[in-house]
Amino acid sequence: MRYVMQLLIIIAFAFAGEVLHHLLPLPFPANIYGIILLYLALHLKIVKVKQIKEVSTTLIIAMPVMFIPPAVGLMNTWGDIRDSWPQYLLITFLTTFIVMACAGWATQLVIRYKNKHKN
Amino acid sequence: MIHEFLAETVYLGVILTLCSYAIGLWLKKKTKLALMNPLLIGIILTILVLWLTDTPYDNYTHGTQVINYLLTPATICLAVPLYEQIQHLKNNFHAISLGIISGVLSSMLSILAMVLILDLDHTSYVTLLPKSITTAIGMGVSEELGGNVPVTIMVIVFTGIIGNIFAERFLRLIGIINPVAKGIAIGSASHVIGTTKAMEIGQTEGAMSSLSIVTSGIITVIVASLFAHLV
Repeated sequence: MRYVMQLLIIIAFAFAGEVLHHLLPLPFPANIYGIILLYLALHLKIVKVKQIKEVSTTLIIAMPVMFIPPAVGLMNTWGDIRDSWPQYLLITFLTTFIVMACAGWATQLVIRYKNKHKN
Repeated sequence: MIHEFLAETVYLGVILTLCSYAIGLWLKKKTKLALMNPLLIGIILTILVLWLTDTPYDNYTHGTQVINYLLTPATICLAVPLYEQIQHLKNNFHAISLGIISGVLSSMLSILAMVLILDLDHTSYVTLLPKSITTAIGMGVSEELGGNVPVTIMVIVFTGIIGNIFAERFLRLIGIINPVAKGIAIGSASHVIGTTKAMEIGQTEGAMSSLSIVTSGIITVIVASLFAHLV
């Protein structure tokens, strides 16, 4: 019964997210509304973490499996990128380091600035 | 006859998916190599089996709809770790938020620049835009903006693996030594797969990296929708 309730709460937020996605004319995926709604519900203590803990943990752990079917669609869409995959690979590789450097430097700079001013 | 039955049954696709992923998990455990990512192995093995048995993708997805139904509820559950980790934000609010926003903007800008330099089209551009964020949010962004979703997933997985392999050496090389900064850098650049490395490096690094996953995902959803029109 406990797990049924947990699943019910999570599915209800999934549904609420879909409703918002349908109503709002923003180019955001449906699940992002669900994340924000559930976060707000947790923040405002409408839902407590323990009310969804087990089922949410299980779903998060099992999530990689859920990416396999859509990724296997590569079988059908491979033709679209057959000629440009080296470019994709290059962009993927370089931008990963650019993002890592920018996020790291910005964070470290602000921390050092604040520490300096504290002393 | 038997061929028709195999095409009709809904369980075979699920069994194939779960077995491929299980083999991926086992290989990861045995080799401990970042390249042996269970998701990557799962995708490759599933495609391989479908290709060898000459099974069309539509027959496979006919059965795996069941798995797809769970994806949205599972993604929503990311609100739970976000809620649990957001307290870490209090201590270094400005540094962390600025770090994550820098990560998102540098990702969008560098992808935009390289797509223009390499002369790729709009579809390739929006396929690549969510590459640094967690798959659950990234594939939604790609779909919403008209990208090639399977390619987005592959690009996201490779981004995570690259981050996982090189993060430690790269951060040392460019002089990022603060644990908070290291965590934010790894989580912003290489989401969940990078975060497993951040957790190995240290507790603060792991917590900060986890915090960056969903936060940078949500910020990317907003920023990517603005950037999408630029190519």
